[in-house]
Amino acid sequence: MDNALQKTPEPIVEVAVLPKAPELVPAAPVINLDGLSVTFGGRPILKELRGELRGRAIGLLGPNGAGKTTLIHTLLGFHPPSSGTAHIFGRDIRSDAKQIRTQIGYMPERDSFIANMSCVHFVRLMAELSGLPSEAALERAHEALFYVGLGEARYRKVGTYSLGMKQLAKLAQAIVHGPRLIFLDEPTNGLDPPARQRMIELIRQIRDSGKAHILLSSHLLRDVEECCEEILIVKQGRIVVSCNLEEERKSNLKFLEIETRGDREAFVEAIATLGCEYALTSERRLKLILQNGVEIRDLYRIAGEQEVQIRRLNFKRDSLEDIFLKAMEGGNGDVGHVAGLPDRGKQ
Amino acid sequence: MAVYEHAYKPYAGPLTPEWSRFLVIPRHAYRDVFGSKLFTGFFAMCFLCPLVMAILIYLHHNLTAMAIFQINLRDLAPINGFFFQFFVSFQTVLAFLLTVLIGPPLISRDLANNALPLYLCRPLSRAEYVIGKMSVLLIMISAMTWVPGELLFLFQSYLEGAGWAARNLWIAGAIFVMSWIWILLLALLSVTISAWVKWRLAASAALFGLFIISNAIGFTVNGVLQTRWGGLFNLTIIMKTIEDSLFREPNSAGLPSWMVLPTPAAWIALALYCAACLFLLTRKVRAYEVVK
Repeated sequence: MDNALQKTPEPIVEVAVLPKAPELVPAAPVINLDGLSVTFGGRPILKELRGELRGRAIGLLGPNGAGKTTLIHTLLGFHPPSSGTAHIFGRDIRSDAKQIRTQIGYMPERDSFIANMSCVHFVRLMAELSGLPSEAALERAHEALFYVGLGEARYRKVGTYSLGMKQLAKLAQAIVHGPRLIFLDEPTNGLDPPARQRMIELIRQIRDSGKAHILLSSHLLRDVEECCEEILIVKQGRIVVSCNLEEERKSNLKFLEIETRGDREAFVEAIATLGCEYALTSERRLKLILQNGVEIRDLYRIAGEQEVQIRRLNFKRDSLEDIFLKAMEGGNGDVGHVAGLPDRGKQ
Repeated sequence: MAVYEHAYKPYAGPLTPEWSRFLVIPRHAYRDVFGSKLFTGFFAMCFLCPLVMAILIYLHHNLTAMAIFQINLRDLAPINGFFFQFFVSFQTVLAFLLTVLIGPPLISRDLANNALPLYLCRPLSRAEYVIGKMSVLLIMISAMTWVPGELLFLFQSYLEGAGWAARNLWIAGAIFVMSWIWILLLALLSVTISAWVKWRLAASAALFGLFIISNAIGFTVNGVLQTRWGGLFNLTIIMKTIEDSLFREPNSAGLPSWMVLPTPAAWIALALYCAACLFLLTRKVRAYEVVK
């Protein structure tokens, strides 16, 4: 018998583990959507959004025109809700918009800056408008610019910056006043791969500092997957998925992909006797769902009995792309499908 | 988030009072405005008139000096309501030029750079943003109109005596009120045009044109229809009418009597102009425009 079959190896697990947040353990949800609706010119843009978001990094996903940016703008108080409301850190966006904005940093999607100002002057102005005294604002502006990597270019006018530098300058102005919640609207738009990586690194650093929550709106699933632990997928103005990515991944630990050598027919028949469902995906590969009470070691035992080698065993987890595509296929947005609830469908 | 730490850190220090945050806008604007030596020179020139008038007031009370120069200033330029009205009129012309220089880019620059969301995502309301932008002009024009005007009045009162001050206290009031009417009108017109016209030169031209064209329209309507009500379209006539009523100098512009506007009509027209400006500002100053 092959050595691989004699002892149970550790399965390959591809679940990203987030560091523990030392300070940020919100008792109340960061964002609480309470039937939030927004209408422009009689046309509903956001429809009765409900849900609680508690994650340190929340990904806001959806196709173009789904209402992601409108949701962010409404939370910032740019658009008044037509009905319902939302709470940020327990404060109502209808009545406490100003207090809420003291705790929020916002990085807009489009180029937004004051062209003929030096970057440090620009970031300082933004800090002062957030309420920092002049000297503290200047100090924080320097720190923020060094933090995002624009330290050496901070005295240049923002209008002369490259696209990547402008994105970093926007991030610097969003964090200069040390907000508790940062809205990032398409932060990696138009960035080349190294600049994108740098931006993702910064977002992850802020997230891992545990001192600020992040709401990241993006149509790039990879960005969200790399940064976020919780996602909200919006389609046609409705929430179609709201789930914790970590929990979603953990809940999929019963799904296995196995590659074998040997008499596969006998092996799958034996597995079927354990009550496990399986599907043959290629000549040597199969997918199966472990039933309750069945352990990995049982598979290795059966493989040993049938003289089959298990060459590879992976936990199959739903990638964010799977979740997103399922959400997009799962109706037209009229019916809210919330992953993580017991009635959800899982393949 | 210290430079050497390279880590995100929230701000835990003291915050400025909420009411004072709109003043950040003019403070940063002055940094740009006074970066131009030409503008700084012009602004300094705006204080020549108050200086000359202070000298005149001094000479009025210095008989030796008048004897040396062999002039009788008391007859040539008596210090009365008209004296101060001339001062306010002259300074407001300079204020208009100053507004044309620094007013147009106030909001248009932010609109062109999509900077409004950055202002309005902070604890700053739209009204505070507009007041902040207007403050750039309010503070500068105040410094060259009613502030030196009141100082001149105090100087004259000091030299002439308390009796003169008591009898002419209405002049101090007129200087203050008329200056503020001009300040608010110029600031409102300026930021409104700035909000709607993104191109600086076009905005400056629009501000000039507003006075020149309204003047032309007003006189044309008056001439063609033989009526006084064309003056309601004429900003210059409206302001002159209000000024005359405040300084108790009827028809100082020397218009034919049938052209002179009633004072209440001038006030109402001014209020309507200001309301129109506010309406236009409300429509335009938004973080994001919603396109139907």
